Amino acid sequence: MPQIVVERLAKRYSVAEREPGVMGAAKGLFRRRRRTIEALKDVSFNLEAGELLGFIGPNGAGKSTTIKILSGILRPDEGRVEVAGLVPYADRIRHVARIGVVFGQRTQLWWDLPVIDGFELLRDIYRVDHAAYQRTRDELVAMLRLERLLDQPVRQLSLGQRMRAEIAAALLHEPRILFLDEPTIGLDAPSKLAVREFVHRLNRERGVTVLLTTHDMHDIEALAKRVIVIGHGRVLADGTFDALRARIAAEHSSDDDARDETLAIEEVIARFYHLHGATEA
Amino acid sequence: MELARPYVAAFSARFMLMLQYRAAAVAGFATQCWWGAIKVMIYAAFYRASPGATNAPMTLSQVITYTWLAQGFLALAPWTTDPDIALAVRSGAVSFDRLRPVDTYSLWYARAAAWMTSRAVPRAALMFLLAGIILPVFGLSEWAWKLPPTLAQAALFGMSLVLVVALASAVVMILNIAVVVTLNERGVNYLLSPFTVVLSGNLLPLALFPDWMHRLLFLQPFAGIVDIPFRIYSGNLEGREAFAGVGLQALWTLLLVAGGRAWMHRVMQRLDIQGG
Repeated sequence: MPQIVVERLAKRYSVAEREPGVMGAAKGLFRRRRRTIEALKDVSFNLEAGELLGFIGPNGAGKSTTIKILSGILRPDEGRVEVAGLVPYADRIRHVARIGVVFGQRTQLWWDLPVIDGFELLRDIYRVDHAAYQRTRDELVAMLRLERLLDQPVRQLSLGQRMRAEIAAALLHEPRILFLDEPTIGLDAPSKLAVREFVHRLNRERGVTVLLTTHDMHDIEALAKRVIVIGHGRVLADGTFDALRARIAAEHSSDDDARDETLAIEEVIARFYHLHGATEA
Repeated sequence: MELARPYVAAFSARFMLMLQYRAAAVAGFATQCWWGAIKVMIYAAFYRASPGATNAPMTLSQVITYTWLAQGFLALAPWTTDPDIALAVRSGAVSFDRLRPVDTYSLWYARAAAWMTSRAVPRAALMFLLAGIILPVFGLSEWAWKLPPTLAQAALFGMSLVLVVALASAVVMILNIAVVVTLNERGVNYLLSPFTVVLSGNLLPLALFPDWMHRLLFLQPFAGIVDIPFRIYSGNLEGREAFAGVGLQALWTLLLVAGGRAWMHRVMQRLDIQGG
């Protein structure tokens, strides 16, 4: 039985709209127009324990929504989700104790606290045994080279330093499943490489299941054996990256350079989005 | 103990962090002294000028002690939402609170309690130093913050003060949840502060309102934030009435916590975390 089961997931957001300008604002006082956005229409996939899955798709495709549902902080409107035997949003507290999550665009560490204080707070919040905490923390500090950062307040860290601290923070309770939502966004090359290498080791050596979203195709190339392309709230492709490349070549057979095996990975993806009309509205 | 560990940790982390804001404590203390002094002088003028003042439900000395207490513990009055929660709602960091294996209501409640007590403790201590010790030393005992009349009143006040924190945190939680619903704290903050100031007895001890209002004012929840505890301290609320006051504080705390939890549960069911 797969560790993560996602079946026919659908999620709609209702968005308040108003017409532009003063008249629009005045109208809005009396009548609110609401529009429904379908973030997810029909997303299904399975993930085995120990897999490393790359989740890609244009902005607004539904990647983050899927991660939020899998993390238990959002309820789907339709469909079935099970992570390690639990329905995330129904059994939130038990579920979140067993997963780690990093949102590249947000920080889960406390801005004004030194990194180490944040770690200790997380230790208590997750009720981690002190001895186990020390062991895990020392391992993470060594692997992510955090020694010098521990006593600095989070607000003083560079983005690359912060992201390494964030990843460590997500792993202090030794989760078996890790969700990474754009963990390399905005990072410089050395930081990206450090994050990639760490995620790779975590997956290979510790067998942690990783689900990663990114716009950086090098992340995918370096890490993921399996890739899911999502667009317009649907799964457009699910397989190895080479299979995706072959599919582009086939679908685009009239175009000569599409057969070119040396086609850059960015190019393959851009073509794929284009072919499926999956660029953002 | 293990059950409470996350909440105790969240409380102490917030408490220690807030204690570092020394400049804010001194500035708050100065403002509260200023207002306290003005109020004390106004009460003195009224009591001395009015022939009926001998029959007032509180003596001038009780009113003065009450005023210093209310100023010293001003940070325990639930005027506004917890600024951290408001910020987390705007930035979307609320999602991280939902990612923790803890009860979100209890987590926020512990943080609100820490936020209020950490600001109240240093200010109240400074206020007591000034109004309780320095004023009498300089021969101004008439204007001073006096000690409770009996040990029994002092003990009852201790209990009542703990309930102030519990009750005020429950009110702040209602505001916090309102911020989650409206996504902005400003409206919520403007809405409640006048009620808090008047109904708690901060503006004027509730005992000094017209007689026919007394029962009603005593029964509403805000009385438990200023009026009940500080009248117990000053010896104005004694015996059965004092026990009734403490009972009301506990009852309102339970009701507001139950209401807040139910509301939060509903809100979190349909919480949308927006943005990528």
